[in-house]
Amino acid sequence: MRPCIAIANLSKAYPNDKEVIRDLSVSAMAGEFVSLLGASGCGKSTLLRMIAGLSPISSGAILVDGMIPKDAIKLMSFVFQDPALLPWRSVARNVELALEFEGVPVALRPSRIAAVLNLVGLRDVDAYYPRELSGGMRMRVSLARALVTTPRILLMDEPFSALDEMSRNRLNEELLALQEQHRWTTLFVTHSIAEAVFLSNRIVLMGANPGRIVQEIDIPLGARRNAALRSEPAFLSLVGRVSEALAAISP
Amino acid sequence: MRLPLLTFVSSVCLWQAVVVLFKVPDYLVPSPVQMALLIPERFRELCSALLITGAEALGGFLASGCVGVAVGLFFSVSPLIRRCFYPYAVLLQSIPIIAVSPLILLWLGNGSLSVVFISFLISLPAVIVNTTQGLISVEPHLLDLFRMGNASLPTLLFKLRLPHALPSIFVGLRIAAGASVVGALVGETFAGSSAVGAGGLGYSSIYALSQLDTPYLFLLIMTSSLLGLVFFAAVTIAERQTVGKWHASLVGEWRE
Repeated sequence: MRPCIAIANLSKAYPNDKEVIRDLSVSAMAGEFVSLLGASGCGKSTLLRMIAGLSPISSGAILVDGMIPKDAIKLMSFVFQDPALLPWRSVARNVELALEFEGVPVALRPSRIAAVLNLVGLRDVDAYYPRELSGGMRMRVSLARALVTTPRILLMDEPFSALDEMSRNRLNEELLALQEQHRWTTLFVTHSIAEAVFLSNRIVLMGANPGRIVQEIDIPLGARRNAALRSEPAFLSLVGRVSEALAAISP
Repeated sequence: MRLPLLTFVSSVCLWQAVVVLFKVPDYLVPSPVQMALLIPERFRELCSALLITGAEALGGFLASGCVGVAVGLFFSVSPLIRRCFYPYAVLLQSIPIIAVSPLILLWLGNGSLSVVFISFLISLPAVIVNTTQGLISVEPHLLDLFRMGNASLPTLLFKLRLPHALPSIFVGLRIAAGASVVGALVGETFAGSSAVGAGGLGYSSIYALSQLDTPYLFLLIMTSSLLGLVFFAAVTIAERQTVGKWHASLVGEWRE
């Protein structure tokens, strides 16, 4: 396997000289699910934004499928912390926005929208407005919009952090099922250790001031994971290990 | 629905009683009955004044709506443009237009054109300020989304900024609707035409006052209020039609 996302010696400083990331190197293999875990302010979100080409880098290199982020933008979809939906568009029309950006002909859109809404369990609410949906459903719409363009890479910035634990767990399970089916290269930023362990093939622990990588932990839980995994000893001991590692780097 | 009507009817009765009991002279306060009897007599006059002022206010309102939204769009394009001009748009709000009116008269002459222009100037700042605020207050994540979609400037304006700004644009338009009527009335007191049958509500009020024709003055005031109400209602209806389906302030309970 070759790395799909390769980051070497990356540094980032803001114009006011505040250094947010220093000399960071990390990579993600094609089809791998990698979580970025760390304290607030360690530059996780900034890192994700730089990979998406939304924020310029100061030095070092980011290669996405061998290209600089700006050229690889069509391969990637970004899922934000909030659903970032257009309130004046119905669910279906919100998903359609991504197809409009891609220049997909109007005639081809409805079938693709229907298919992706089916995938995230929103078949019956396509005509609803975001206002009329629960937080979890809005996040599903956001996910559908990210998936409708059939990306190879998913960048997710704490997508479920605003949800209650029940919705969050359910969405984690569904995301995992989709991940196994579609084999995206996924970078997932989160604050939740359990979430990271449950979803990931590998967890990257980041430290703050300036942001850097402290440790990488493989999560050898296999491919078939389901809700029952959360109470298994192997899972719990991994959560414990990650917690300890995280506590060790916290100031 | 019944209670406000009851308040209205009893206030009118009280008014009539006070005027009759205390023998208030009609050049100070006319009685409701007297005014009601006056309506058929001067109906044509009243209608013509209403039409003139209504047309002037509508002209000022539409002009301020178009220009205000256009200026707002212009401001939203770049922070540099905004920094150069936006403070003056805000400042425009604090200029007493009355003070500028003589100058407008000098340039545009007596008559409707000046009145429309004064009405336009009074309503404009609210539209500019609210439109601009609406256009630039888009959530950063939505801007990121459009950037990742490689959206062009027109796409960004018409698919994101403008629809997002609609609720605030309507706030501006609602203020402008009231202001344009005030502007037309005030404008007429300065620049209203005195040609027979060509005077609007504002001009007619000044004339009625000079004749101590207080009952007619009261009718003119009520007609002016009605005009303001119609403008306000029209904007509110337009708002319900456009953003009513999705905007927070207008949407009821969620389904399910």
